[in-house]
Amino acid sequence: MAISIFHRITGSGLATVGALGLVWWLWAAASGKAAYETFIACATSPIGYLVLIGLTWAFFQHLFSGLRHFVLDIGAGYELRTNKSWSILVFALAIAATGILWLVILAGKI
Amino acid sequence: MGTGTGIGRVRGLGSAKHGAHHWINQRISAAANVLLLVWFLISLFKLPGFAYAEVVAWLAQPLVAVPMMLMVANLFWHLRMGLQVVIEDYVHEEGTKFGTLLLLNFYAIGGAALGIFAIAKIAFTAGVAS
Repeated sequence: MAISIFHRITGSGLATVGALGLVWWLWAAASGKAAYETFIACATSPIGYLVLIGLTWAFFQHLFSGLRHFVLDIGAGYELRTNKSWSILVFALAIAATGILWLVILAGKI
Repeated sequence: MGTGTGIGRVRGLGSAKHGAHHWINQRISAAANVLLLVWFLISLFKLPGFAYAEVVAWLAQPLVAVPMMLMVANLFWHLRMGLQVVIEDYVHEEGTKFGTLLLLNFYAIGGAALGIFAIAKIAFTAGVAS
């Protein structure tokens, strides 16, 4: 249950905040140095980091959950125990991947 | 609605009123998204920094600009189908549903167009003027 609704929530978040952020970044880079630096100032503000970290987690959660869907699509993994352990694995992998990625990013800055 | 076979009884039902085409396209775009977005994130991670000149020089390369365009197109295609299903499941009043789906299409096509245009502009003008 939880894994399914999280797929929707993270998908909806990526589709709105994530896609708009990506287009904003590309549009700013195409518009010139001043517009680009405004984007970078927003993205590296405390709220900007919070949004980026949130998007990273949403991406990994949606990615791993989506890969789980591919497995289910071939008709595998419907046994209750298997299904439950893969669902828990998706949540754990998403948090771990987000944590590792941002630790490496932030460690590189120090 | 037929009364005979199982498929005949369910055909045309469901919140979207149509069948597997949407489902298949959702999977195709998902598979493409895995490849394109993993490439994108690894590339971002490998960039020396996010200063204007570095990012523009990176985006201007043909083998970056083209996958980026494909990624933006595929991303908006995938999100258009995903949000369509969310809207069909939660918005029940027909008029509101129609209006929301209309806005979704404007958003998806407009967003993809703006993103692709931005990449094209950078790729065609980088180093010319800034």
